Amino acid sequence: MGKYIVRRLLQMIPVVLGATFIIFAMVFALPGDPTSGKCGERPCSAEYVAKFREEHNLNDPLLIQYGKYLGKFAQGDLGTNYYGIPVKEDLAKRYTITGRLAIMAIAFETFIGILAGVLAGVRKGRFVDNLVTVSTLFVISIPVFVIGVFLQYLFGIKWGIFPATVPSLEASTFSLILPAFVLGSLSVAYVARLTRTNLVENLRADYVRTAVAKGLTKRRAVGVHTLRNSLIPVVTFIGADFGALLGGAIVTERIFNIQGVGGYIWKGINSRDGIAVVSTVTVLVIVYLLVNLLVDLLYGVLDPRISHE
Amino acid sequence: MSDTVASTVQPAAVEEVGEARSLGQDAWRSLRSNAMFWSAVLLIGLFVLMSIWPSLFTKTDPSFGNISNVRATPSAEHWFGTDTQGYDIYARTIYGARASILVGVLASLTTLLLGGVIGVVSGFYGRWLDALLSRITDIFYAIPLILGGILFMASFPNGPNSNYFIVVGKVVLVLTVFGWPTIARLMRSSVLQVKPNEYVLAARALGASPWRIIRSHILPNALAPAIVVATINLGVFIVVEATLSFLGIGLTPPAISWGVAISDALSSIRTYPHVLFFPSLFLSLAVLAFILLGDAVRDAFDPKSR
Repeated sequence: MGKYIVRRLLQMIPVVLGATFIIFAMVFALPGDPTSGKCGERPCSAEYVAKFREEHNLNDPLLIQYGKYLGKFAQGDLGTNYYGIPVKEDLAKRYTITGRLAIMAIAFETFIGILAGVLAGVRKGRFVDNLVTVSTLFVISIPVFVIGVFLQYLFGIKWGIFPATVPSLEASTFSLILPAFVLGSLSVAYVARLTRTNLVENLRADYVRTAVAKGLTKRRAVGVHTLRNSLIPVVTFIGADFGALLGGAIVTERIFNIQGVGGYIWKGINSRDGIAVVSTVTVLVIVYLLVNLLVDLLYGVLDPRISHE
Repeated sequence: MSDTVASTVQPAAVEEVGEARSLGQDAWRSLRSNAMFWSAVLLIGLFVLMSIWPSLFTKTDPSFGNISNVRATPSAEHWFGTDTQGYDIYARTIYGARASILVGVLASLTTLLLGGVIGVVSGFYGRWLDALLSRITDIFYAIPLILGGILFMASFPNGPNSNYFIVVGKVVLVLTVFGWPTIARLMRSSVLQVKPNEYVLAARALGASPWRIIRSHILPNALAPAIVVATINLGVFIVVEATLSFLGIGLTPPAISWGVAISDALSSIRTYPHVLFFPSLFLSLAVLAFILLGDAVRDAFDPKSR
C-alpha cells in the first residue's frame, strides 16, 4: 500500500511539470501589457515599466521564465501577483469557499445521483425509471450556465428562497446550496445514469440470484451485494469529474458572484496577471491528481479483490 | 463414423442458429428497429441540413437588425420574436446551427483521429513508447477541458474582424488539444484487450506487417467504444463551445451561434424570457440528439444489454 502510494506520487511529478508548462506557455502568450493602466490616467514611466518587467522576469525567454518560476514553486513560493500581494495569501482567503462549494456539489452528486440511480435500476422499465432517465437526459442537454441563470432567477429573484448572489467570503452553508446544486447538476445526472446502468447489469449476475435464493431480503441483496459492486465505475467517474467541477466553478462563481478560486482565475486572466493564474491552476491540477489517487485507493475498500500490494 | 453423425446433426443445428452475422450486422439489425435511434438520426439530419443550407428554412436575413422593433414576442411575421438588437430570432437560430454543428463535428473527428492514433500506437507497440505516450496523455488529461479552453481562448482572442472559419477553427483546436486524452485512454485499453487474441498472434506468425494487423484485426474490433464516446462527446463539445461563448471568449459576434445568442439573452431573462428560450431549445435538442445516438449505438454493440 505505502509503496503504491509513493510510486503514484512519483508518477505525478512529470504530469504536474508538463501540465504547468502548458499552462505557463498559454499564459505567457496572453496578449496585452500588464503595466497598462497601473499608473492611473497617464502611461507608466519607462523606469517603472523596466523595474516591473525585471521583477517579474518578463524579459526572459519562455523556458528561463518557467525555470525560475518552478524553482520558487518547489520551495512553496507561489509568487506575488501584479498587485504585489502574495498569491498564497489570496488563495488562502479564497480556497475555503470554493472547497465548500465543491464538497457540497459532490455531496449532491453522491446522494441524489446514487439514490436516483438505485431507484431507477431496481424498478427498471417502470415509472420511476422512466422519470429518472428522461429528467437526467434533460439536465445533460441543457448547458450548465443556462440552468444556473434560470435557477438563480427562479429561486433567488422570483421566489426569494435562496440568496441570488453570494459575494461574502464567509457565506453560510444555506446560501451556497443553490450554487452547489447548479455546479453539481450535470454530474448528478451522469451519476444517476451510471449507477442505474451498472446496477441493472449486476442485478442479473449469478451471485445476486444466489443471494435471493438463500432467502435474503431484496433490500439486503441490492444494498449490500449488488450496489457495492456497481459503485466502482461511479466512484471512478466522481473522481475524474472533480476536474470538470473545478473548471465549472469558474462559470458558477461568475453567475453567483462568489469570490472563490474560479473567480480569481477569471480575474487574473482579464487583468493579464500571469503568475496568479499559473499558480492557482497548478494548485488545482495538483488537488485534482491527489483526488484521483484517493479514488484509486477507494477501489480496494469497495472491492477487496483489488489490492495495491 | 463420427463423420456421418456430424453430417446428420449439422444441418439442423445451422438452421436453428440462423445465418452467421458479424457484430456490426448484429448491431445494425437491433438499431434498425430502435425508434430512439431513428428520431436521433432525423434530428441530426435536420440540424446538418440547417447548417449546410440555412436559406432552405428561412428567407429572412439574420444580420438585419430592426432597432425600432426589439424584443418583440413571437408573431406571424417573426415566428420566434426578435432579440435585443431587433434581429429575427428564428433566422438567427437557423443560421446559428452552423457554428455549433461545425464545432461539434470537427472537434469530435479530430479528437477521434488524434486520440485514436495515440491510443492505438501506445496500446499496440507498448514498452517505452507506451510509457511516453501515456504520460503525455496524463498531462493533458490533468487540465480540465473548460479551464484549458478559457486559458487558451483568452490567450489568443478573436479580433473584431476575424474570419469566421478562423474563429471556429480556434475553438475546434482548443477542444481537440484538451479533449483527445479520453479517447486515447479508451482506445489504448480496448487495443490491449484485442491484442492477445489468437487471430492477432496467427496474423503475426503468418508474417503480416504491423500496419496490416492494426488495420484488419485490431481496428475493427477496438473502434466501437471510441466511436460511441466520440458521438456523445460531440454533444459535450457543443455545450463547451456555448459556455466559452457565454464567458465572451468562444465565438464572438458578428459570428452567429446559439452560444452567442444565449449569452446575449441571459441578461434579460427576467423581462424577455422568449429571447433565451428558442436558441436554448435548439442547442439542447442538438445535444440530446447526439447523446441519444451514442446511447443507441452503444446498446447495439453491447451484447450484455440484450
